[in-house]
Amino acid sequence: MEKLSGSEMVVRSLEDEGVEFIFGYPGGAVLHIYDALFKSKSIPHILVRHEQAATHAADGYARATGKPGVVLVTSGPGATNAITGVATAYMDSIPMVVLSGQVATHLIGEDAFQETDMIGVSRPIVKHSFQVRHASDIPITIKKAFHLASTGRPGPVVIDIPKDLTKPDELFEYSYPETVKLRSYSPARRGHMGQIKKAVRLLLGARRPIIYAGGGVILGGASDLLRELAECVNFPVTNTLMGLGSFPASSSQFLGMLGMHGFYEANMAMHNSDVILAVGVRFDDRVTNTVSKFCPGAQIIHIDIDPASISKTVPADLPIVGEVSTILTEMLKQLKEENGNINSITEKNSLDDWWRQIQIWRKENGLWSDRRYPESDQIMPQQVIECLYRVTDGDAFVTSDVGQHQMFAAQYYRFEKANRWINSGGLGTMGFGLPAAMGVQLAFPDQTVVCVTGEGSIQMNIQELSTCTQYNLPLKVVNLRNNYLGMVRQWQDMQYEGRHAMSTYEDSLPDFTKLVSAYGHLGFEIKELADLEDIMKEAFSMKDKLVFLDIFVDPAEHVYPMHVAPNGAMNDMWLSKSKRT
Amino acid sequence: MRRIVSVLLENEPGALSRVVGLFSQRGYNIETLNVAPTEDPTLSRLTLTTIGDDKTIEQITKQLNKLVDVVKLVDLTEGSHLERDLMLVKIRTGAEQREEIKRTVDIFRGQIVDVGPEIYIVQIVGTGDKLDSFISAIGYAEVLEVARSGVAGISRGDKILSV
Ligand SMILES: Cc1ncc(C[n+]2csc(CCOP(=O)(O)OP(=O)(O)O)c2C)c(N)n1
Repeated sequence: MEKLSGSEMVVRSLEDEGVEFIFGYPGGAVLHIYDALFKSKSIPHILVRHEQAATHAADGYARATGKPGVVLVTSGPGATNAITGVATAYMDSIPMVVLSGQVATHLIGEDAFQETDMIGVSRPIVKHSFQVRHASDIPITIKKAFHLASTGRPGPVVIDIPKDLTKPDELFEYSYPETVKLRSYSPARRGHMGQIKKAVRLLLGARRPIIYAGGGVILGGASDLLRELAECVNFPVTNTLMGLGSFPASSSQFLGMLGMHGFYEANMAMHNSDVILAVGVRFDDRVTNTVSKFCPGAQIIHIDIDPASISKTVPADLPIVGEVSTILTEMLKQLKEENGNINSITEKNSLDDWWRQIQIWRKENGLWSDRRYPESDQIMPQQVIECLYRVTDGDAFVTSDVGQHQMFAAQYYRFEKANRWINSGGLGTMGFGLPAAMGVQLAFPDQTVVCVTGEGSIQMNIQELSTCTQYNLPLKVVNLRNNYLGMVRQWQDMQYEGRHAMSTYEDSLPDFTKLVSAYGHLGFEIKELADLEDIMKEAFSMKDKLVFLDIFVDPAEHVYPMHVAPNGAMNDMWLSKSKRT
Repeated sequence: MRRIVSVLLENEPGALSRVVGLFSQRGYNIETLNVAPTEDPTLSRLTLTTIGDDKTIEQITKQLNKLVDVVKLVDLTEGSHLERDLMLVKIRTGAEQREEIKRTVDIFRGQIVDVGPEIYIVQIVGTGDKLDSFISAIGYAEVLEVARSGVAGISRGDKILSV
């Protein structure tokens, strides 16, 4: 058997796991590993400019490809810098393996230089974590970490490796395990057949049904099945912020996003439904508004891989625990068996009244059926996203930061495919967009990748423009510049009588075009609507350059619809500054 | 409602902190906690008592089950079970109180396990309620120190918590 040092085993295990990129940043505790990486040259390492960006880039890579992202950071500050990205991945159930260096075993607990209890610090935001105790355990620990990160409900896994275990001069017999078994870990696969049959019967009897589908559909690779099922029964479909792309926006059955900034027709249909088929969602507070008022007449079928998601906030009438894909497959089979052929199912389902009602809602206040935002002599942020959609043929990978621009992107970029909309839904992490876009662009070098951001968010990880220079990442940045922390300003307008406490930069913003050119990229300022489409087209035609579009938009615009809170229901919405339901 | 949950836990470093951390992280309370190795050296058994409505308890057991270090768990209060808490009480006692304390200890089927010139150490085993009653019953004496193990529990009959 081959003999390798601890650090060589780290690198070889990652190779044997099929890792395509490592996102990281070196430091004392991981220098042995970096040396082994240097010698092997097998896996490209992306040197970020801040460890937070390493985790976000790995996260973006994971969201776009479905494969776990891999991060390597040093102990102490390297590990703590990575934490925000670990928490971001945890909240959105993104598969990630984070290798953190640790001080040598004999120093642990002594407040040694750059010692942080990474296992302790990361405990509440990881799916699991390991501190390696013996170098010979490195391969099996890495195998377990990848297994845990990518199966069941995915999530980040931390492996903390004390420096002495990676010494170059101590050799061990190496073999990478083919499989791994953990006696305490066996995520559910198939759903309960009895429950599935009951669910099918409930669906077929529904008169005002709706499918509420989320990120779990994308993580479970079940978008095609979702579409097949929805078409088979002719139900309307709404997506969560995390689920956008799991159902094609171009379908007439699509009602848009639901929730706090969800579409009128989606929120109305949810509130008035009699049966909700909830797939890979978690009844998040940004969806439900006041839980006690949530969809009073609806029976809820809830499909999820995580039993703890069932009835956590809203009680499910019919829970089905298991993989979304196997459950939807089984449901389709049952539907067809019970009903001979698909046509007869849709006929049997007399949903005409329901669809008529939905059309009325759409016509009244739907964001896509008419222009709903006000006239202005400035560019409206919504127009920028509509333009982006046209220029990229609706086929780009879109990452975003957090704030108004994120909601406008979610509302107006009509996603057709899964894994294309990449945003921090659960944690709401400003600074996510640019590094996430780097991860996506590395995975798909020939595709259009755009980061929709705001001048607040972009400055949280703007140093990554330098990483983009080093690795020639030709992504596009669309900065909706409203000169405010816009979403904060919106809340201050609505709830604090317009007192804009610390939500403005008071003319301190940099000239972004100069800034990006200092990094070797190209920047354009756009102030006139008449220039928008032409400049954007030009920017997106430059396939091998990073282009930053600094687009001045109306600073006073708010995101609507917006749930009325506190104490509002799904159907209580502000539709504009003056109009509410 | 009060619940007693017993958990078989991988005997791994950090496993206990994941369980305890889960409770504080999600705002559940722990009334008592008892952990010790089992006959299988790879497993510890942890028993905790907590108070919550059915919904909270359901979430607690689901979230515990999600922890990779948790191998198996049971809510003992769902069925017929035994629970025991062990208490050591250090009591200051003058000559005139000794007889009375002895009688009270007998009533509670406890034992005096150590005697000093002015000190008794009493051991009582039973349910939490019984231990509480002992403390009130001994109210006339000066209680100097109390140490309790927290509840350990086991199901009656042939229901078994094992891997
Ligand atoms: C790291 C972090 N800090 C603070 C917040 C709170 N927050 C949410 S949106 C927002 C404003 C974002 O401003 P900008 O990036 O300019 O986007 P805009 O809303 O103007 O489109 C803030 C401060 C957050 N989500 N993340």
